[in-house]
Amino acid sequence: MAKVLMKGNEAIAEAAIRAGCDGYFGYPITPQTELLEYMSRRMPELGRAFVQGESEIASINMVLGAAAAGKRAMTSSSSPGVSLKQEGISFLAGNELPAVIVNIMRGGPGLGNVQPSQSDYFQATKGGGHGDYFPIVLAPSTVQEAIDFTILAFELADKYRNPAMILGDGSIGQIMEPVELPEVESKPPDKPWAVTGCKGREKNIIRSLYLLAGPLEARNVILQKKYREIEANEQRHAEFMLEGAEMVIVAYGTTGRVAQTAITRARDEGMPVGLFRPITLYPYPKDAISSLVEQARVFLVLEMSAGQMLEDVELAVKGTVPVEFQGWLGGRVPTPSEVTQTIKEIRTKYLK
Amino acid sequence: MFEQIIISGFGGQGALFAGQLLTYAGLEEDREVAWLPSYGPEMRGGTARCTVTVSDEPIGSPITDTPSAVIALNPPSLEMFEPRVLPGGLLIVNSSIAKEEVKRKDIRSLRIPATDMARDEFANERMANMILLGALVSMTRVVTLDSVMTALQKNLPQRRHHLLEPNRIALQKGWDIAQQASKD
Repeated sequence: MAKVLMKGNEAIAEAAIRAGCDGYFGYPITPQTELLEYMSRRMPELGRAFVQGESEIASINMVLGAAAAGKRAMTSSSSPGVSLKQEGISFLAGNELPAVIVNIMRGGPGLGNVQPSQSDYFQATKGGGHGDYFPIVLAPSTVQEAIDFTILAFELADKYRNPAMILGDGSIGQIMEPVELPEVESKPPDKPWAVTGCKGREKNIIRSLYLLAGPLEARNVILQKKYREIEANEQRHAEFMLEGAEMVIVAYGTTGRVAQTAITRARDEGMPVGLFRPITLYPYPKDAISSLVEQARVFLVLEMSAGQMLEDVELAVKGTVPVEFQGWLGGRVPTPSEVTQTIKEIRTKYLK
Repeated sequence: MFEQIIISGFGGQGALFAGQLLTYAGLEEDREVAWLPSYGPEMRGGTARCTVTVSDEPIGSPITDTPSAVIALNPPSLEMFEPRVLPGGLLIVNSSIAKEEVKRKDIRSLRIPATDMARDEFANERMANMILLGALVSMTRVVTLDSVMTALQKNLPQRRHHLLEPNRIALQKGWDIAQQASKD
């Protein structure tokens, strides 16, 4: 199939459409607005629902309603807007409703700026709202991955009846790259639990309210069992030049790509460096990282944050090997030369 | 082949469009390409720039602090990017607006009064970006001029198709200037 050039935001929108997204509900915010714009044009053409809500909070609750009715539903925003959606995401998880949320991250905290950032990692991967829950989180590093992971997000959300999130930095939303748009015929599974009108059958009730401790405890036990299942089955990552790597760089999204270029240069200079790039941020690919401690003499975590994913790497490595960190803050994007410099410093410290 | 080209100017000078055209042209030739805009709160009159990567290999970082070529459409862009061009790389300057001479001796450079030429010859200052792009393609051979023309044909919206011919002439103009300069 011929490749076409697409901007990340538009590619995610088109992928969602191909994945059978029945309803999109959103509110504009830079740097993800093109996603909403694309949906506003295409969804009505296809006879599907597009609503620009009066706020992010309204939009996520419309998603909840559509998901409860058994539809594939989606919303997208950027950091401050996703903060507003957290209550709704907690309710989606508590109600066990599948939905896709896209966060094209910008610099924070507060209103911050509109430049690329990865500082919503904690919020995304640790369950950003209240209660014991996790959304499934996928981190694309190219526009093609943004497409593939959006489709996967719908499938995983349905499979586990759980919200799934695409977590991309602003660059992923704005960059334009050639992509292949797959013909998806992923049909949503039957949803006998959906509230679709109960004429001729038992009532379906979707709720997260359990007033007594016992029933709510039982509910949580079921949820936790599901999260253990997700953690066992869905850890994903990519590797680049890991063979013989004594320094293992861990980076995701755009930072992973920048690291890749720096690693290629470092390898040319004979430095044994490789990249471990997480694709699922929840479940974190901790098993694969743990298995690298035999080979690695040092891990180097790179993020456009003050060190959030760093903690998951440390948990996986369990103190067996040193874990170093370099971060970029407030919308600053690393350059290959900066990463090369960091690699050289870490090499001097550990590999000589 | 691996080229990373930064095109930078004021909003409205067509830096982003010229970059997109180059990206589409790379795709025409089945290369790996990426177009990354700088985006921000700035609107018209602010800064606008993009990084275009054209490569035979899958692209790692779409971001560079050492571009192989730069088109500087205005003075701040010249000031910012002249020091960053890779040694042996190329710097093309819109000398109608960016009046400073190029100081570096370890890079190739070409100054073209593109805004003046666009105004005088096309009665449209916004053709300056195409003149400069034609020169860049000539001096880097990152893509062929034919591919740029094809990309233009395919990607200029139908309602703008009356601009195809002037754009084509402007690209050719830039190409010819660069050819002439290389002979001088």
